[in-house]
Amino acid sequence: MTTPTLAHALPAAAPSPRFGKLSPELLAFVKNPSGMTGLVLLLLMFGLALTAHWFYPGDPLDMAGQPFVRPGQDPLFPLGTDSLGRDVAAGLVHGSRVSLLIGFASVLISLVIGTLVGTLSGYFGGRVDDLLVRVTELFQTIPTFLLVIVIVAIGQPSVALISLAIGLASWPTIARLVRAEFRALREADFVMAARSLGYSNARIIVREILPNALPPIIVTTSVMVATAILLESALAFLGLGDPNRVSWGSMIGAGREMLRTAWFLTFFPGTMLVLTVLSLNLVGDALNDALNPRLRGVS
Amino acid sequence: MSHLLDIQNLTVSFPGHVAVSGLNLAIDQGETLALVGESGCGKSATALALMRLLPPSARVSGQLVFDGQDLATRSPSEIRALRGSQISMIFQEPMTSLNPVLSIGQQLVEVLHLHQRLSPAAARSRAIELLDLVKIPEPAQRVDDFPHNLSGGQRQRVMIAMAVACRPRLLIADEPTTALDVTIQAQILELLDDLRREFSMSLLLITHDLGLVSQWADRVAVMYAGKKVEEASASVIFDHPRHAYTRGLLGTSLHLANDLHYRSARLPEIRHEVDDQGEAHFHLSTPALPKSQAALESISPVLSLEAIRTHYQTPRGKLAAVDGVSFDIRRGETVGLVGESGCGKSTLSKTILRLLEPTDGKIVLDGQDLAHLREAELRPLRHKVQMIFQDPFGSHNPRHSIETILDSVLIVHRQGDKAQRHQRILEMLDHVGLPRTSLKRYAHEFSGGQRQRIGIARALILKPSLVICDEPVSALDVSIQAQILNLLVDLKRDFGLSYLFISHDLSVVRYIADRVLVMNQGRIVEHGDPEAIWTSPQHPYTRSLIAAAPVRKSGERAAA
Repeated sequence: MTTPTLAHALPAAAPSPRFGKLSPELLAFVKNPSGMTGLVLLLLMFGLALTAHWFYPGDPLDMAGQPFVRPGQDPLFPLGTDSLGRDVAAGLVHGSRVSLLIGFASVLISLVIGTLVGTLSGYFGGRVDDLLVRVTELFQTIPTFLLVIVIVAIGQPSVALISLAIGLASWPTIARLVRAEFRALREADFVMAARSLGYSNARIIVREILPNALPPIIVTTSVMVATAILLESALAFLGLGDPNRVSWGSMIGAGREMLRTAWFLTFFPGTMLVLTVLSLNLVGDALNDALNPRLRGVS
Repeated sequence: MSHLLDIQNLTVSFPGHVAVSGLNLAIDQGETLALVGESGCGKSATALALMRLLPPSARVSGQLVFDGQDLATRSPSEIRALRGSQISMIFQEPMTSLNPVLSIGQQLVEVLHLHQRLSPAAARSRAIELLDLVKIPEPAQRVDDFPHNLSGGQRQRVMIAMAVACRPRLLIADEPTTALDVTIQAQILELLDDLRREFSMSLLLITHDLGLVSQWADRVAVMYAGKKVEEASASVIFDHPRHAYTRGLLGTSLHLANDLHYRSARLPEIRHEVDDQGEAHFHLSTPALPKSQAALESISPVLSLEAIRTHYQTPRGKLAAVDGVSFDIRRGETVGLVGESGCGKSTLSKTILRLLEPTDGKIVLDGQDLAHLREAELRPLRHKVQMIFQDPFGSHNPRHSIETILDSVLIVHRQGDKAQRHQRILEMLDHVGLPRTSLKRYAHEFSGGQRQRIGIARALILKPSLVICDEPVSALDVSIQAQILNLLVDLKRDFGLSYLFISHDLSVVRYIADRVLVMNQGRIVEHGDPEAIWTSPQHPYTRSLIAAAPVRKSGERAAA
């Protein structure tokens, strides 16, 4: 006798021939239009940052022309110049370097610290958990921005120090998130099964739990990159940024006072910021869907 | 006479599938109609359609005539006025269907205020009356309790009190006792029946459990894949079921009254096929009993527990979940462990697996005491004891394909090279009756029964000597239960296994066990061979368990 109860639930997989060689994760990502839009946008930003010196070889902080040239007024300065006659377009292109670098470097730092702390404290519990939670809380009670300012003020403001400061100030978010996920998943049946099968702790953490804890981490990370870029902007705005480097934040800070008379000084760096944050969110969402076999779907 | 509720040609469809198609159903005043079917057959969708609680993605057509007015065409505000006052519903999960931050009194008062505009004082005293009505002891004190102060059965009583607060004319009970212990189940059904008579309500009882239905329903409608396959009065259904699917359900469901045992009989399995015309056909087949029931059992125990005690640290101090349990499991033997939720059976199984460390006592496996070994010392021994989990949904990592799940077990235990491992995985799939094409698929792509097969494959791939089955069939549909139980019996013979079979379901344990232990409050209160325990239980707790198990009104051997 046939067993249609088994067969009908398993429709034959029909991998699309065009993407036949791709892994299912990649395939799902490629097929997601908003994810691809985000990725293209993000790659454009990176491309811009990497090729900045080709388009604008000089120092973007140099005075290049008359102050307050409006966009379109002078073909030499398509996006205009600021109060000191610096080229806005050059600032945007070079600013992307600092903003993206600080955004990603700082989040990498907080991701490493946060995941490590959260994993250890959520998975092992008990005394380890008590201790690590105290440390996390200690960092959390200090306002993030204040901590960043203190760290930056102690040393010489540089891109590396600012990244470190933002990373050190924002890891508790990740740690608490990872801890909560691990605490919930630690008791899941499939983790019990893994333990009863004699899997090592490292394997359970890395292979069993972490992939399941990923979705909230990925989404939070994409938001945190955006927050880090904004934090850097705020620092630059307060004059605590790297004085020798232009960033979108410093441009917005400088242009703020002329918001009504010279809107373009804040509008263009602001737009770049919004586009970057948007692309990060799109990529984050698409990654989340692609990494989840359930959302990825059968076909 | 016109019916209280008349469902005509109801069709509910979700994007991508049809949940209910062309259902006709009628309920008279004061009648109990049981709607029976397996998960996904459309019974809950029917109930939600009546309450107009379906998600917006659902499309509903047909007429739902309640007391002369069509529910399908009423405006949302008219429906809201009907809900709770004319039609009420209680849900399966009493743990989550009450709001945890409001006292039960506040929640009852809210319902009364909404539909009857009672003053706060009057509503409160009515709430206490209602709690008394659903037999909550000391209602005047309990009215200010929060849901977490109550047991599961008490919460379901509170849910019922809320549902009947405004004397509805129709009460829909969607699997009201599925999440409760056997001894509580009977009490809740009795309460529903009392209330139905007292308020002359109609009761729509939705369940997957045919055994439950026979005692309480006037009429039974059986659904399969969105269609009603049979409807008749309860006695007719049980004595002369017409449809093959109903016969199948009756034949496959185990009952305490039938004295099947795995050594002497196989369970009949229900299978369905869809022919060229799209008509579903059902077969009921009993696999042949293998010729040689090799007597694998030997005297030497594979596992012996000596005075195991496991404590939990709670805010109120140490709590003994397992309190001095000793027993042996002999090689080739199936030991059944029966008890209700909270009796300590899950803690015991985790202790045997050494996922928990016992406070004291000995766990002797193949002559070695595991009780206080460190994790590193345990790891090389872990393959000897494996577990099959209750929940076929939660026990597989949703991020891994079946191949990865099975392969990593072998990798961790350094079993063979890639080709050998692959071969072994394929053989294992054949053993548990899964198609070889399953390898690249993920757990969520399988049905509940198939997932349980995956869990069995994972447990057996290391060739353990003892397998702990923790309620392996209680989350499965009746027709699937028989397949899995038959499979477990086959595998036990093929692999020479010993089982510790944990269940709250007496009839399942009676079928599969060679020896039965009854556990209550962390202790083993009775043990013996299954026949003796059912026919002459010694301990009062065992007696109450057996008395509470649903019994069929008539035709016990129907259609076997």
